[in-house]
Amino acid sequence: MIAVLFFAASAMAGVEFQSADVRALQADDFANPGMLWVTKGERAWREPVATGAACQSCHGEASKSMKGVAAAYPKFDATIGRVVNLDERIEACRRVNQKAPALPAESEERLVLSAFVAHQSRGLPIQVSIDGLAKATFDRGAALYFTRAGQLNLACTHCHDRAWGKTLLNETISQGQPEGWPAYRLEWQSLASLQRRLRACFYGVRAEQPPFGDPDLVALELYLAHRAKGLPMSVPGVRR
Amino acid sequence: MKRREFLVSTGATLGLAALPAAAQKFQPVQDIRPLIAQVTGGAAVESGGIEVELPAIAENGNSVPMRIKVESPMTPQDHVSAIHIFAERNPRPSVATFHLGARSGRAEISTRVRLAGTQKVTVLAAYSGNRFRMKQVDVLVTSAACLDEAMAET
Amino acid sequence: MMNGRLQVPPSVKKGEPFEVRVLMQHPMETGFRRDMNGKAIPTNIVNQVRVTLAGSELFSAELGTGLSANPYLAFYAMADASGELVVEWSDDRGEKGRMAAQVTVA
Repeated sequence: MIAVLFFAASAMAGVEFQSADVRALQADDFANPGMLWVTKGERAWREPVATGAACQSCHGEASKSMKGVAAAYPKFDATIGRVVNLDERIEACRRVNQKAPALPAESEERLVLSAFVAHQSRGLPIQVSIDGLAKATFDRGAALYFTRAGQLNLACTHCHDRAWGKTLLNETISQGQPEGWPAYRLEWQSLASLQRRLRACFYGVRAEQPPFGDPDLVALELYLAHRAKGLPMSVPGVRR
Repeated sequence: MKRREFLVSTGATLGLAALPAAAQKFQPVQDIRPLIAQVTGGAAVESGGIEVELPAIAENGNSVPMRIKVESPMTPQDHVSAIHIFAERNPRPSVATFHLGARSGRAEISTRVRLAGTQKVTVLAAYSGNRFRMKQVDVLVTSAACLDEAMAET
Repeated sequence: MMNGRLQVPPSVKKGEPFEVRVLMQHPMETGFRRDMNGKAIPTNIVNQVRVTLAGSELFSAELGTGLSANPYLAFYAMADASGELVVEWSDDRGEKGRMAAQVTVA
């Protein structure tokens, strides 16, 4: 717990661990490829869907109504009855209020909306609640973070608390902060969700990957968000 | 054609057809001279006058920033008409051709390229009046430290 | 219609070069990748980009598989008078993209 507090106090954005080129690309609001998804998300926000009204017709201008919203996710949602991430919250809104058909996880239609909404919180500090109905999920996430997994038998903490800043081949190990996600990853040549990034980490330690939407992934996201408390959001981030 | 050259060229062709994508990351250097000759029609190629900005070490070959600046007055009589990029270790070495003219005002292009491994990148500039200049730059392309889901897909 | 972004300066000076920036959303499939079922993903790239200013051609590009996904291009242009700058592109499957921006000579 001491380690957790120490690292939470010195949280460093994921982009700090990238090369000068990647840092410049993230900072360039035109050339940042993630902005293509944000632009598309803005269009999706304004346009009515086949089965219902546009996001905008209920929520108004996203720059006002969605400001700071993403910084508070994952969050316990009373209507859904569990802790959900922003993407799941938007998907629930689409299904319930827009009567729209469900979209597969990691589909472009879902990514563009979560990227656009999260972009409205850019520069605002991450601030999630881990009390009350969110506590059990947070505890689960914390437990997972410190649990060894996979053939390499490593927990998140081994790389991202004890070894960040060290060099692994040509890469600098990051703190595993979530503030830039959904992010554009050069390796994937696409925008991707934090869950996809976490699943890649499971793969990296040769562990079984939880499916998209798995409660364990949401629990880890909540733990990471709490650990990143105060770190300014920077969606869409760019990563190697 | 010498036997060695023949082996290299057929090897490259077969490699494209038969090898899985991951193996192609180690594909051999290809001779890009025929591609250059196709542009120049055999005219002499000089050096100088071309500035190429590429990172000395690229951390992901999927997206390497590249900036090309060619010296030219860019007048209707004397201008850069095209800029070609070749990457000799890419499965298809012709990366891009840009056509410009006097109305460009400046012969300068920025883009992002894919580089299939450490290699020499060639920039060939074509000027009005059938003149050519060339510049080659070495780039070291590193691969990721962690085993990644993307590699499982390819 | 494919998604993209186009940027020109808010105003330009007559006969002085200004930068045009283009970003196109496209996977630039090389033909060397396989999907999760091991099936080869066919080549599909933005092969042609054409830029006109006030109706006449200013810049064009032929791209190959060696250009990064979601292609980024920045180049220069000069204008004698205000006019519309149009970027049109198409891929191997015949899908098209078009973006326009007003160039104002101040």
